[in-house]
Amino acid sequence: MSPWLEKQRHLIDFTLASLARRKTRNIGLLVVYTLLVFVLASLTLFSNALRSEAKYVLAGSPEVILQRMVAGRHDLIPPGYLEQIGRIRGVQKKEGRLWGYYYDPVLKANYTFMARPASEVDDGMIMVGEALARERGLAKNNTISFRSYSSKLFTFEVVAVLSPDSELLSADLVLLSEGDFRRFFEYPEGHYTDIALSVANPQEVRNVAAKLTATLPDSRPILREEVQRTYQSVFDWREGILLTVLAGAILAFAILAWEKASGLSAEEKREIGILKAIGWETGDVIRMKIWEGLLISLTAFLGGFLAAYVHVFHFGAVVFEPVLKGWSVLYPKFALVPAVDGLQVATLFFFTVFPYTAAILVPIWRAAITDPDAVMR
Amino acid sequence: MSRPSTVALMIIGLLACAVLGIFAFSGPLTAAHQPRLDANRELVARLGLTDLALFTEARYTRHPSQADLHSALQDHPGAFDHFPSGSLLSPPAHLTRIGPDSHEPVAGKTASPD
Repeated sequence: MSPWLEKQRHLIDFTLASLARRKTRNIGLLVVYTLLVFVLASLTLFSNALRSEAKYVLAGSPEVILQRMVAGRHDLIPPGYLEQIGRIRGVQKKEGRLWGYYYDPVLKANYTFMARPASEVDDGMIMVGEALARERGLAKNNTISFRSYSSKLFTFEVVAVLSPDSELLSADLVLLSEGDFRRFFEYPEGHYTDIALSVANPQEVRNVAAKLTATLPDSRPILREEVQRTYQSVFDWREGILLTVLAGAILAFAILAWEKASGLSAEEKREIGILKAIGWETGDVIRMKIWEGLLISLTAFLGGFLAAYVHVFHFGAVVFEPVLKGWSVLYPKFALVPAVDGLQVATLFFFTVFPYTAAILVPIWRAAITDPDAVMR
Repeated sequence: MSRPSTVALMIIGLLACAVLGIFAFSGPLTAAHQPRLDANRELVARLGLTDLALFTEARYTRHPSQADLHSALQDHPGAFDHFPSGSLLSPPAHLTRIGPDSHEPVAGKTASPD
């Protein structure tokens, strides 16, 4: 082994022995540091995976959704709107959609009811999302009753439970026939919740949206790109509660680094004085402390990142579940694509390992250049 | 007995290998999810879905992309958004964007109900 390497190994041996002398303090520091990296990395991995998942799957959503607004609120599409849209050039397909929300007092949960054509669901039958089936204890061929908003009781037979793989999209879905939907919600005949449009030429989508707003001034077109953009900013670190959480974590880390940077304990100063008195050079002392910083920060970063990866991709980000769940009863169980963005990991590395290692150097350098006699005294 | 430096460097080396392994196997691990993703995209296209069922507590968090400008403050003007997930989700960009193609003014120009 080269003398340089042997020297570094001796320095590491010495550093570890020195860290072991203040075992409780250093283990505490390592645990806090690892936890900080774990939280930050979990957030980064989770939000990044969710964004890429949403981007991919929502690419199949309708090109344009047309809503009608009344007094700033979403209202039903009255008869005649579909015919008027038919005259707009570029619209390839148009479909009146029927969907709405139902509050189930049994579970105290909200469901999304959606009408499907008779070719998919017969009258008296429903298909339900996996989360709903799990919470209500439903399986194929079971029957379930819902009391409508007009207090009538409707009984449905579960013809299928939607795939658990689609839970992130279909957790609370109830698919039923159009006739059942209209009867259950007492929807007026010829009215729809909104209209889904497909546009032949993707370049024409914005023009079609402008024509729709001109033809039907009380309508609001929502484009697929806007739907996708909604999810590109979901859990963005600059927004909402994430910024608050991150600000807290970063401030805590800043305090930790500052505590390190602002001064050494009397014991550490005495140790440096003794080392210098027995012949260590300033460079050796600094190298030893660099190893100390690297050993702690690398272990914390690597350990925290690995724990975050396992937490997000193998345990479904359980730590975040109570926060994400809020007051909702139905929460999907989902596996995310374990795609890791190298740039995000590099950013995390730079903002956690680098400041800590840099912060411990300044006071060490100050102590190491002073006279050993003065430091020991 | 092995030196403390050997143990420490081995631990860091193993952790680093595991992290590098995540990057190395990212491709095959991601590819394993492709059939699920394709099936989900097909489901989205077939049912015309627009949103993730991540927050089922309020309609503007269940379908944030379909929310109107007032849905988070639905009870009365100046009402606070009282659902916890409302603080996690920001309003969709197309609602808050200002510009000639913004749909925002539509909300104030609607006709009376039929």
